Amino acid sequence: MKVLVVNPQKCSGGKSCELACSFEKTGRFNLVDSCIKIHYFPEEIRFIPTVCMQCRDAYCVQVCPTGAIERNGDDGVVYLDQDKCIGCKQCIVACPWGAVKLDHEGKTLMKCDACGGDPACVKVCTSEALQYVDADEVVFSKQRETAERYMEIAREISRG
Amino acid sequence: MYKGYSNKILRVNLTDGKITTETINEDWARLFIGGRGYGEKMISEEVDANIDPLSPDNKVVFATGPLVGTMAPSASRIMVITKGTLNGTLACSNGGGYFGSELKMAGYDLVIFEGKASQPVYLWIDDDQVELRDASHIWSEMSSDSDRMLREETHVEAHTMVIGPAGEKLSKMSGVMFDGHRASGRTGVGAVVGSKNLKGIAVHGTKGVDVSDPEGFKKAVFDAYKLLSEHEVAAKGLPSTGTPILVNILNNAGSFPFRNAQDAYMPTANKISGETMIKQTLVQKKGCMGCPIDCGRVTEIREGKYKGHKGEGPEYETVWSLGSMCGVEDLNAITMAHYLCDDYGMDGISVGVTIACAMELYENGFMPKQDAPFPLNFGDAEAMVEMVKMIGERKGLGDLMSEGSYRLAEHYGHPELSMSVKKQEIPAYDPRGVKGIGLEYATSNRGACHVRGYTIAPEILGTPVQVDRLAYEGKAGLVKTFQDLTASVDASGACLFTTFGMGAPNYAQLLTTATGIEYDEESVMLAGERIWNLERLFNLKAGLTREDDTLPKRFLDEPVKTGPSKGEVTDLSKMLPEYYQLRGWDSEGRPTQTKLKELELD
Repeated sequence: MKVLVVNPQKCSGGKSCELACSFEKTGRFNLVDSCIKIHYFPEEIRFIPTVCMQCRDAYCVQVCPTGAIERNGDDGVVYLDQDKCIGCKQCIVACPWGAVKLDHEGKTLMKCDACGGDPACVKVCTSEALQYVDADEVVFSKQRETAERYMEIAREISRG
Repeated sequence: MYKGYSNKILRVNLTDGKITTETINEDWARLFIGGRGYGEKMISEEVDANIDPLSPDNKVVFATGPLVGTMAPSASRIMVITKGTLNGTLACSNGGGYFGSELKMAGYDLVIFEGKASQPVYLWIDDDQVELRDASHIWSEMSSDSDRMLREETHVEAHTMVIGPAGEKLSKMSGVMFDGHRASGRTGVGAVVGSKNLKGIAVHGTKGVDVSDPEGFKKAVFDAYKLLSEHEVAAKGLPSTGTPILVNILNNAGSFPFRNAQDAYMPTANKISGETMIKQTLVQKKGCMGCPIDCGRVTEIREGKYKGHKGEGPEYETVWSLGSMCGVEDLNAITMAHYLCDDYGMDGISVGVTIACAMELYENGFMPKQDAPFPLNFGDAEAMVEMVKMIGERKGLGDLMSEGSYRLAEHYGHPELSMSVKKQEIPAYDPRGVKGIGLEYATSNRGACHVRGYTIAPEILGTPVQVDRLAYEGKAGLVKTFQDLTASVDASGACLFTTFGMGAPNYAQLLTTATGIEYDEESVMLAGERIWNLERLFNLKAGLTREDDTLPKRFLDEPVKTGPSKGEVTDLSKMLPEYYQLRGWDSEGRPTQTKLKELELD
C-alpha cells in the first residue's frame, strides 16, 4: 500500500504542490482549491505541508450520512463521491486534520484522493518534501535511519 | 478577453483616496505581454519623462504577467515600474516571493498608484474589497516588523509589500520588500513609494487564475520542468548552493571585482563562497511561488558578534558587494549587513558598492578624515556593517551615501571612483574579464545591471554554449539577443533563472496556451525588442544620450592587476557601434523611424 509521505524539513515553500493540485482537480489555479496546504511560519521561516492522512478508521467516512465518503478498494485511499455528497459538511467537523474542505465558492467539498495513485503534487515537488511510496519502504527507511545513528554511536564507543 | 490575465487593473489615487478598476488594454497585452512591458507602457503614456521622480506627478506600477499565479516554473515575479529616483530612467525592479501570485489570485494584473497621500497609508486588497488604511503607527518600522504588523492587521495568510525606513527617508538606493525578505531593490523605486506616503500593500486573494488551453498548458509546463531538471545550473548548482555558488566560479575566472574594482580577483574568496556558506550559515533552501529551483537561502549567524540573527540571504550579489568590493572576508558580517539592507529596505548591491567607494575615497585622502564617523578602511567588517546602518538611517556621512556612490564620489571631486553606469552601481561581474557583460552594463536601460541580459550564462557558465569571455567578436549580437529575450521573460512574469534551461520556444508555448494569443519564437523575441526600445525612447526623452552608454573609467583604462584576467581592460568601441547597428539605431543611439515602425512603436 502506498502512502503520501510528507517531510516538512525538506519543504522549501514554493507551493508548486498547491498549484498542481488545484489544476488537477479543477483545471484552474487557485490555492483555495488545493487539497494539500503549505503552512508558513514567518518568524521561523519554516513551511509545513498538511494533507489528508487517509486514516484507516476515518471519521469522515463514519460520519457521512449518504456514504459519499468511502474506501473503494484496497488502495488505502478514502474517496469522496460528488454524486452522493449532499454538502452537509459533517466530514469537515469530524476530520481531526482539517483535510476535508470547501472549494473557493464555498459549495463543493474536496479531499485528497492521491489522484488515483499518481499524485499531481508529488510530480512538481523538486525538493522531495512529498513522496508517494510504499508504506513498507517508509518504515524500512526510517528504521534504517535510526539504525545508522546507533551505528555511529557504536563506532564512537568502540573507538573509546 | 485573453486568459492568463485577470483582465483588471487597480488604480489608486492617493491624493483623493479614490480607488477604481479598469480592464486590460488588449492591444497593449498583445504588444507588451504584461509585467515589465505592460507596466512600462502605462508609465510611458502617463508620466512625463522629465518630472521630478519624487513629485506627486510620478506614478508607480506593481505589475504581474500572464504566467504569474499559474504553475509555469518560477512564474512568481512582480515588477515595480516608475520613473526612478537613482537616475531618472524608466526604472523597473523585479521581485519574487508570493506577492505577485497573491495579487493575481485576488483578481488584478497590475496596481497603479498616483498622487500623494496626506499621511502614511497602506492598501489592503481582499479580493474585491480594497481600502486605504492609516499606516501612521507602522511608519518608521523596519521591513520585517512592518510585514508582521500588516499581516496581523489584515489576514494571517496575506502577502505584503512594504518600504523600510530607507524608502521613507527617500534614499536613492531604497527598494521595496515583499514579505520582508524578497526585494525589488534596484533603481530607487522605494523612494517613489515613500514620497507618496505609501507604506505598503497587503493582499489576500481567492479568485484564482484561468488559462486558455489547460491540456496544452500542462504539456508546456512539464516540457519546461524536464528541461530545468536536466540543467546543471538549474537542477544542481542553484538548489544546492544558491546563487553564491558563483563566488568561486567568477573569482576563478578573474572577474570578481575586489576593493572597489581596483582588482578583479579576491585571493580569499573561498571564505565567503557558497560552499563555505553551506557549512557556516545555511539552514535550508527556499523557493518563491511555484519554483522548482529554490535558489533562496534561509540562514542564521551561529557565532561571533552577530550571533543569533536569522533571515534570508545573502545572495551572490550581496556576498560580493558587501564582501569582496569592501575587501571584507567575514561571512557572518556580510550576512548581518545583508539582513540590515533588507530590514532598512535598501538595494544591497548599491549599498555595498557605495561603501566600497567611500573606502577608496577615504584611503586615498579624497574624503577628509573628519567626514568619516570612523576609519573606513577596506577589509574592516565592522565598519562596513555600521556604515549600512548609518546609510539606512541617513545619519552623518550615511545621509550623503544614501544618494548612491555617484553623488558621493562627485561630492568629493572624484566621480570616476563611483563604479556605476548611469549612476546605478555595477553588479558582481568585472567587465574587464567578461566582455559581453560590459556591453550589457553600458547599454542597460536602467543603468549597470546583470539581469537585463545575463551573458554570464554563455560567457562563463557555458550555457547554452560556451563562448570566449575575452573575445569581442559576436558580443553585440549576443547582448541584444539576451536583452530581448529577458524583456519578454520579465513581461511574462517568469523568473530569469528559468532561461538556464528554457528558450524562446518554451516561453512561446507557455504564453500561447496560457493566454490564447499565438506566440512563436520570433514574436517572443520581437515583443522583447519592442519593450527594450520603449525604455530607450523614454530615457532619450528624459535627456540621456549615447554619452551615458559607457563604463566607469577604471574598466576602460586600468588593466586588471592580478588573477586570470590580468592585463585586461574593456574596449567598448569594439562592440558599441555594432550593437547600435544591430538594434537599428543611428550612431547617436536613437531608434530609427524604420525600426520604430517595424516594432509598432511609431
